[in-house]
Amino acid sequence: MTIKADNLIWSIGSKPIVNGVSLTVQPGKTLGLLGPNGSGKTSLLRLLTGLRRPHAGQVTLDGTDIATIGRRALARRVAFIEQHATTNANLRVIDVVKLGRFPHQTMFSGWTAADATAVAEALARTGLTDKAEQSWQSLSGGERQRAQLARALAQSPRELILDEPTNHLDVQHQISLLRLVSDLPVTSIIALHDLNHAAMFCDELLVLRAGQVVAAGTPEAVLTRDLLAEVFHVDAHVDASPYHARPHIHFAR
Amino acid sequence: MTATLATISAAQPLRRWLVPAAWLLASLLAIALVVAISVGVGDLPISMSTTFYAITNKLGFTAVALNPMHETVIWEYRLSRALVAVFCGAGLALCGAIMQSLLRNPLAEPYVLGISAGASTGAVAVVILGIGAGAISLSAGAFVGAFAAFFLVALLSNGARGGADRTILAGVAASQLFNAATAYIVTTSGNAQQARDVMFWLLGSFGGVRWPEFALVSVVVGVALVVCLLNARVLDAFAFGDEAAASLGVDVGRTRILFFALTAVMTATVVSMVGAIGFVGLVVPHAARYVVGPLHARLLPACAITGAIFMVLADIASRSLIPQQVLPIGVVTALVGVPFFAIILYRLQRAS
Repeated sequence: MTIKADNLIWSIGSKPIVNGVSLTVQPGKTLGLLGPNGSGKTSLLRLLTGLRRPHAGQVTLDGTDIATIGRRALARRVAFIEQHATTNANLRVIDVVKLGRFPHQTMFSGWTAADATAVAEALARTGLTDKAEQSWQSLSGGERQRAQLARALAQSPRELILDEPTNHLDVQHQISLLRLVSDLPVTSIIALHDLNHAAMFCDELLVLRAGQVVAAGTPEAVLTRDLLAEVFHVDAHVDASPYHARPHIHFAR
Repeated sequence: MTATLATISAAQPLRRWLVPAAWLLASLLAIALVVAISVGVGDLPISMSTTFYAITNKLGFTAVALNPMHETVIWEYRLSRALVAVFCGAGLALCGAIMQSLLRNPLAEPYVLGISAGASTGAVAVVILGIGAGAISLSAGAFVGAFAAFFLVALLSNGARGGADRTILAGVAASQLFNAATAYIVTTSGNAQQARDVMFWLLGSFGGVRWPEFALVSVVVGVALVVCLLNARVLDAFAFGDEAAASLGVDVGRTRILFFALTAVMTATVVSMVGAIGFVGLVVPHAARYVVGPLHARLLPACAITGAIFMVLADIASRSLIPQQVLPIGVVTALVGVPFFAIILYRLQRAS
């Protein structure tokens, strides 16, 4: 039950975007992906979900190369949440969540009890049971992102991959979404910008710069004053937080 | 949570089948009604009971004595015309719904891939330039032209893998190219009468259609409808875009090509038979979506039924609005359709 990337390389033209990235996430753990804009986080996530094929290297699930797993079979196991999902269709929340059952259904299969259970559990876990009948267009940004999370959970994934899911949310919804994700019994890989949130909610961190890994390990090991200066060009002090014992970053200037 | 479970699996088999079946039956009856009205309207008015008995006589259920002239008019002209209108309307509306979903653009319609422009070029090439020396019919020329345009668009949009925006741009470019070719041929080689004929054909007419056309269009649209319904959930998966669909396990490239080819065949068949009837493919899907929602398992049948009824009504209007004269059907669909559409837009605005 591990997702593993081995020396991934992906480039646009001759410009390498992801340049030799390797990573392993233990089952049930949350890996935070950090790095400045344009460091290759989104591209790396696309390679991990199989939306792009790497030019070299491979992504494996329990030792099986995902290039050899069918698209649908992969979607039954790995779910992806993009930064900002938009649609002009006026779907109800429950219709959006039901989309997550797509890879589990065949052309002729009806709606099964297993499908109904998965959708109901996904709605309950994300606190959207009461809003199931509401239309997508009437939801707030936070509710939309939770609906996308419910859709992803309805896929019954063992790996969940999220691309800056908190970008458009206020701080309350940022924290509640991240807490929800880190408490899930699935393996998660999550690209984040907020370093304090990364420190609070991730078991491990991986820092990218120009497509390459510059640091990896526990938040305590990765988030150091030197690294923040080197990668993000900020002057910051890192202390253990008196409230949750994880590192806390104070920006000095 | 148990309550939600219960409502979700409120799939008491009986209710689940009874409601759609009732809707289907009601829709088929409505279509039969407008077809019967359409058959009755014309220079020779025919009562609905005569139409009913003419059909049951032919099918061997009844043997009611009828005016033979009525029977001839019904069977030779009007019934095939009305039924072709049914399938053309259904096909165009279906194509519009598919295009709007796949391209994620509310302005998409069946002709967005340049098909009507290509068809008109093919038609004028046959009618005015005399390509094929009489061996090729106008319809065959239009069909070939339509597919030439479709292949150009497929090529420009990288085999339909280039994304929605690129496909739309390629369609616009192809439309401009083929419209220019049509205008060039008409202005340099055509006489006034030919130009008028082409113009009339482009705006659409059910005048020339008989049973062979019915056989073709019913098979094409019927098969396409079944394929689309079997793939309704795939179209749903495109709600949040190509990438979201791919992450749900949809083979985006293959799905696009399948559906684009399906709409191209349907649209080319319709256009080559009855001309480029506009507006149905744009408006009917919006109207249907307003009533049944965006999920394709309900939207597609609703589009087919609404499109069918709308087209037959438009054909009736085209024959009866001005005495002794038949209006081009495209003029009617737009004249009737735009005010109707304005009402929907207005109500939609108030609802949100």
